[in-house]
Amino acid sequence: MFTAERVADKKDWLSGRDHDWEIIIGLEIHAQVASNSKLFSGAPTAYGAEPNTQVSLVDAAMPGMLPVVNEFCIEQGVRTGLGLNAKINLFSRFDRKNYFYPDLPQGYQISQFEFPIVGEGEIEITPEDGEAVVVGIERLHLEQDAGKSIHDLSPNETYVDLNRSGVCLMEIVSKPDMRSPEEASAYVEKIRGIVRALGTCDGDMEKGNLRADVNVSVRKPGGELGTRCELKNINSMRFIRQAINYEARRQIDILEAGGEIDQETRLFDNAKGETRTMRSKEDAHDYRYFPDPDLLPIKITQAYVDGIKASLPELPDARKARFVSEYSIPEYDARILTADKAKGDFYERLAKGRDAKIAANWMMGDLFGALNKAGIELDDSPVNSDALGELLDLIGDKTISGKIAKGVFEKMLAGEGGANEIVERDGLKQVTDTGAIEKIVDEVIAANAEQAAKVADNPRLIGFFVGQVMKASGGKANPQAVNEILRKKLGG
Amino acid sequence: MSDLTKLSLEAALDGLKTKEFSSVEITKAHIDACMDAADLNAFITTDFTNAMKSAEESDVKLAKGEGGALEGAPLGIKDLFCTEGVKTTAGSKILGDFTPQYESTVTANMKADGMVMLGKLNLDEFAMGSSNETSYYNPVINPWRKDEDLVPGGSSGGSASAVAANICLGATATDTGGSIRQPASFTGTTGIKPTYGRCSRWGVVAFASSLDQAGPITRTVKDAAIMLQSMAGYDAKDSTSINKDLPDFKAACGKSIKGMKIGIPKEYTMDGMPKEIENLWQQGIKWLQSCGAEIVHVSLPHTKYALPAYYIVAPAECSSNLARYDGMRYGDRVEGDNLYDTYERTRAEGFGKEVRRRIMMGTYVLSAGYYDAYYLQAQKVRTKIAEDFKQAWEKCDALLTPTCPSAAFPVGRKVNDPVTMYLNDIFTVTANLAGLPAMSVPAALDNNGLPLGLQIIGRALDEETVFAASSALEACAGFTAKPEKWWV
Repeated sequence: MFTAERVADKKDWLSGRDHDWEIIIGLEIHAQVASNSKLFSGAPTAYGAEPNTQVSLVDAAMPGMLPVVNEFCIEQGVRTGLGLNAKINLFSRFDRKNYFYPDLPQGYQISQFEFPIVGEGEIEITPEDGEAVVVGIERLHLEQDAGKSIHDLSPNETYVDLNRSGVCLMEIVSKPDMRSPEEASAYVEKIRGIVRALGTCDGDMEKGNLRADVNVSVRKPGGELGTRCELKNINSMRFIRQAINYEARRQIDILEAGGEIDQETRLFDNAKGETRTMRSKEDAHDYRYFPDPDLLPIKITQAYVDGIKASLPELPDARKARFVSEYSIPEYDARILTADKAKGDFYERLAKGRDAKIAANWMMGDLFGALNKAGIELDDSPVNSDALGELLDLIGDKTISGKIAKGVFEKMLAGEGGANEIVERDGLKQVTDTGAIEKIVDEVIAANAEQAAKVADNPRLIGFFVGQVMKASGGKANPQAVNEILRKKLGG
Repeated sequence: MSDLTKLSLEAALDGLKTKEFSSVEITKAHIDACMDAADLNAFITTDFTNAMKSAEESDVKLAKGEGGALEGAPLGIKDLFCTEGVKTTAGSKILGDFTPQYESTVTANMKADGMVMLGKLNLDEFAMGSSNETSYYNPVINPWRKDEDLVPGGSSGGSASAVAANICLGATATDTGGSIRQPASFTGTTGIKPTYGRCSRWGVVAFASSLDQAGPITRTVKDAAIMLQSMAGYDAKDSTSINKDLPDFKAACGKSIKGMKIGIPKEYTMDGMPKEIENLWQQGIKWLQSCGAEIVHVSLPHTKYALPAYYIVAPAECSSNLARYDGMRYGDRVEGDNLYDTYERTRAEGFGKEVRRRIMMGTYVLSAGYYDAYYLQAQKVRTKIAEDFKQAWEKCDALLTPTCPSAAFPVGRKVNDPVTMYLNDIFTVTANLAGLPAMSVPAALDNNGLPLGLQIIGRALDEETVFAASSALEACAGFTAKPEKWWV
């Protein structure tokens, strides 16, 4: 278990005037529970609905209205806790966090302060450029979301949309165990993969269904912890990395100029790529937490937890291990292919009955490369697993070569049809007829008699002939057959 | 016709069923009485047109031999219960003309049982007060006025006054620290706060959620049983509602108390308690003994901490519960220079002095650095008080105490002295802190001719014992005094 004592990899250190610095990062992730109704009311949670149409009397805090806990949300909290290898608390309680704001109708948020439903846990992350790191989970608690204040509809007035008011969020709090922007985004990626595999949150960061508050401080590597700043509500992996980089550098500049870091909450402006003060410690609210007297404590039994445990789907880590053993692919490939449920499912459909390594290479190389370039999610890929499988089958039975297949794939992406259809249409079938190949070989040898004579002394020259034959066949000749025939004829 | 207002609820329901008179007749009689009694200021909102309409509907049902347990009976509703389409104020300016689109569970139950609602009864603002003087809609006057205006007690002052003055057959009330029992004691009426969780809090404007409980104020113990039967019951919309079948409360009234063990808690003897109250308590002991009850002396050692603990817990909860009155979605708003200025003006002008005082106390005791010393400590006291009662129940079945340390006092006498005012709750708050059922029964008049009540406290969920002991007290006391009708 890594703790505050872990010192960042040297490659993650930031250079400074007198000495290097390391970044200490902790995250609070808010993940919206995938539930059709709210945490304490029966109102629906549809995204993108007309303002103030998904609101019950409870969500609008009408006089005399009372919250009733949605048991489905409790179950999702427990599921997620189990997915984080965390302790499930059989006793938990809802508290009120009191503050005034127009999008908080009750004047308090119902949250779990003293007794969260999930306690400590840990997950392993592997950043793009580094070794696996264990990140501690401090807790997971359930709480209601606030509504939305809309400031830009009118110059003088603020509008409030209560559709989100009362929607159930899971707040997942990490320990300050991350040391680089890449670790932080890998952590969010990992949490996202887990909640999506569990089905407890759809992980859609664009809709704000998963967002992160990032706590950042800097210190001399291995030294005393510095004062942290909290960066609020960041909703993309890229912004998380950008915000941390900017903030760490800002703090270093202040410290190196002899200044002190004010503990404060900051906003990340993703247009400018910088953070700025939202509220200082002096403005910090006194939330006056106390147990919500309208709700009874949540008491669950071990049998209930065990029942949920038994129904958990395979999680990314377990799936990764299985991919390594079942498909004999490298750990690195397995990690990428299990980063989220959609990838893993796609891969399993593709690899079934095929060469698993080739399937992995095609997915991670050609497919992901193309999707990335086009900015398309896997779920929306123009080439699905069946279509890609059809292409791999053509390679597998030597109908086309791997090289030809790349061209076919481009055409599939462009929507020109299925693999068979394109190969047929464009006459791309590999020539395996040795007679036909011999004919080309003879022609090439005749045209390069001088070189042919040298093959006996310099066997490496055979490569030149292979290239010439392939070129003459339009890439369609079976390279193995070409090799064999050439060797026979030239004695290479 | 005016005789119809003198009936007990029980007798009125019988008369309606046997068609001795119609609901229209008895409703009309009560509307007339209400109009005559305008000086009492018992109502904030009357709804006589709809009352007459419901009376007609009840008469149709009664004619067919149908109808619910309260069919055709004209009753009053404390203006803390949200009523669909009828303005609900909680006695506060801040709610403005707020008219709910929903009906509280308690009043919905009563409407389903055929109640005729005369209107919404005055109360201390947000039920915070012991004299009904904190109402934005002016104080309620106790019908037991002598030479000067007396308070009816609070917070359910309008309910108590209306029932004592025979302008409603019965009324709903709520009790957070004594708000049913103390006004009942001050007005010679009967009131029960049932076990916490018996009546749904859904649709009742919240004061202190862990203490608030609805109950009836009526003229007899049996009437209270009839009303509570209709008001109470499990409600899935209130997480603290008790999911247990209701016993037959009316059947418990008049049951023999022979052999019942009645505990007398020694800590309820208070320094400076009027001799008359001490004497009445002794008289109560004799009455219950004469009915065959056995008297046992018990100790509730943490009683002295109850009032301080109550005045931490209740304001703490109220400070949070009243945060929703921010002028943003309903009620009055006073525009300011910016958002926080708007909040401050709205709440400073919308809430009265006592409510502001309690919000500030509650905010203080929940603040960082004070929470442990106040709120947490008060919760511990609460646990101790509940344990005290648990030990007492090993020795007895119910407790007998005075309801209040004094009779009704003049309007204006204590309103500027909150500590003296808070002492009114000294005998009643313990039942709220422990969630127990407790009833006040009118027992005698003091030397000035003002009513005094005695209180029976029972085990959680054992309202039946409370009703049995209370009806024994009622029978022995034979309290039939009525205030002189000075208000017409």
